[in-house]
Amino acid sequence: MRRDPKRTGFLLLCITPAVILFTIFMVLPTFNVFRLSLYQRSTFNPNEVFIGLKNFQMLLKDATFIRSMQNMLLLIVMVTVFTMATALIFAGILTREKLKGQDFFRIVFYIPNILSVVVISGIFSAIYDIDRGLLNSILNLFGKNGILWKGEEHVITSIVIAMVWQAIGYYMVMYMASMSAVPGSLYESAGLDGASRLTQFTQITIPLIWTNIRTTLTFFIISTINMAFLFVSAMTGGGPNNASNVALLYMYNQKNLGGGYGYAMAIGVVIFVVSFGLSALVNKVTQREVLEY
Amino acid sequence: MRLDKEVSTAERLYKIFIYVVLILLAIMILIPVLWVMMASVKETSEHYGSPWALPSHIHWQNFSDAWTKANMGGYMLHSIFVTLLALCILLVVALPASYCLARFQFVGQKFLNTCFMAGLFINVNYIVVPIYLMLSDGDKWLKKALGSSFLLNNHVVVAIVYAATALPFTIYLLSSYFATLPHDFEEAAYIDGAGYARTMLQVIFPMAKPSIITVILFNFMSFWNEYIIIKTLVTARDQWTLPAGLLNLMQAQQSAAEYGPMYAGLVLVMLPVLILYICVQKNLTKGMTVGGLKG
Repeated sequence: MRRDPKRTGFLLLCITPAVILFTIFMVLPTFNVFRLSLYQRSTFNPNEVFIGLKNFQMLLKDATFIRSMQNMLLLIVMVTVFTMATALIFAGILTREKLKGQDFFRIVFYIPNILSVVVISGIFSAIYDIDRGLLNSILNLFGKNGILWKGEEHVITSIVIAMVWQAIGYYMVMYMASMSAVPGSLYESAGLDGASRLTQFTQITIPLIWTNIRTTLTFFIISTINMAFLFVSAMTGGGPNNASNVALLYMYNQKNLGGGYGYAMAIGVVIFVVSFGLSALVNKVTQREVLEY
Repeated sequence: MRLDKEVSTAERLYKIFIYVVLILLAIMILIPVLWVMMASVKETSEHYGSPWALPSHIHWQNFSDAWTKANMGGYMLHSIFVTLLALCILLVVALPASYCLARFQFVGQKFLNTCFMAGLFINVNYIVVPIYLMLSDGDKWLKKALGSSFLLNNHVVVAIVYAATALPFTIYLLSSYFATLPHDFEEAAYIDGAGYARTMLQVIFPMAKPSIITVILFNFMSFWNEYIIIKTLVTARDQWTLPAGLLNLMQAQQSAAEYGPMYAGLVLVMLPVLILYICVQKNLTKGMTVGGLKG
């Protein structure tokens, strides 16, 4: 290794700005989430009073918080299952079969992913509208009564539909990339041995891209918490009657709800811990021997 | 012979079935998007008829209403300014840093790489409240010390926050590309007498063009579509960007029921991204393999 001052100077000049920005706007705020969760700080008064774990004790008795945590977990499970399953199946079909217009399908399926959540929520308000909505007008066609899509009963389903609609394309394109790396000879010999498409998919494709599925699953959990927040805050604002509230939105709204910033950060800590716990759990459960081709 | 025929009939049915499913999915994605575009040129009265009816004529008025009355023109300017500035800051900061982190060995390099990797797990929406608190505390201090404050309600600060929070993903993506280049390039440049900076700027960066384009694309979309940070760090509503302003308009419109300008606003937000996407979709879906971790 050469030790010359020019090299050191160059490295410092290149890396310092990134480190400074990263520290101020990511490390410090993350640290503050944990620190402030032990303090009481009201919305208008910047004085901070140390109160230990009191914020967390209050959380356990907060029915809205518990409901929003439940909603968050429900959304994570439903959106993950539907998105992963559909994305894998469609990716399998699009990479394995010789179809006309493959590029067209790939381009179209990816479109929802590039739209702002605000735009998607606007699109889905048009779809879910009670009187003039696209979905209810189709239901009316079959002689059924319109459904109150954003009512307390169906609001979670409506959000799941919107979130899956948005996410499928992204994961599909990603799985297509890793599936196309699986050598075709494996399928050929499996085909000669009389393995059906389904067997090929479950016995060859899935095991060989398992590492990729695991990684995406871990990140999917963390990103779904965030996406659920974006979707709910744009589509329903957590309503009606907190039926669609999610933890991150409840944390964000503490500013207006009067819970104070300490309380908000305690919610943030719980979300952090739960999301990492879930990721670790999924990581552990999905552990398999790594296969190579 | 007969067996062959049966197989091919089953095969054909299977193919048809797959086409039907794929086309259905494509319709489910395209129809809502196209419907919004159609609705954006309908007259107000037409919005109360069947949602499937085509507009009788193209009513451009909605767009000029959205542009001027609903302040979409102003929002658009703010969006362009914040997005471009954030992209510039991001590239200037992230490119040299990822190059050094990927290709030089120095004390603390492993530690820094781990930190930036860990940053991938921290979503900006988890930390938007502490960022706001930090800036508003800073503002209070500045007011006492200087008599004026500039941290909140400042588009430049918002752009810096965008760039800073995009750093982990960008550095991850760029350094995984830089790490694949053979060291011969630098050796050759050093022998020819080029310094570190010149080698980086004139030899390495031009080669990284495809990766840089991918980075620009992903970040352009996330900055352009962002609305939580701008709503939190900018309290003056007329200073918001397009998505935030649009959300505001949508929530106001639910009671006023002026659908035309609202849908026109939706089209204004999605059109730039859609056009960009159609121009560069090859790059984008290819970049996915390296950008696989983006949340």
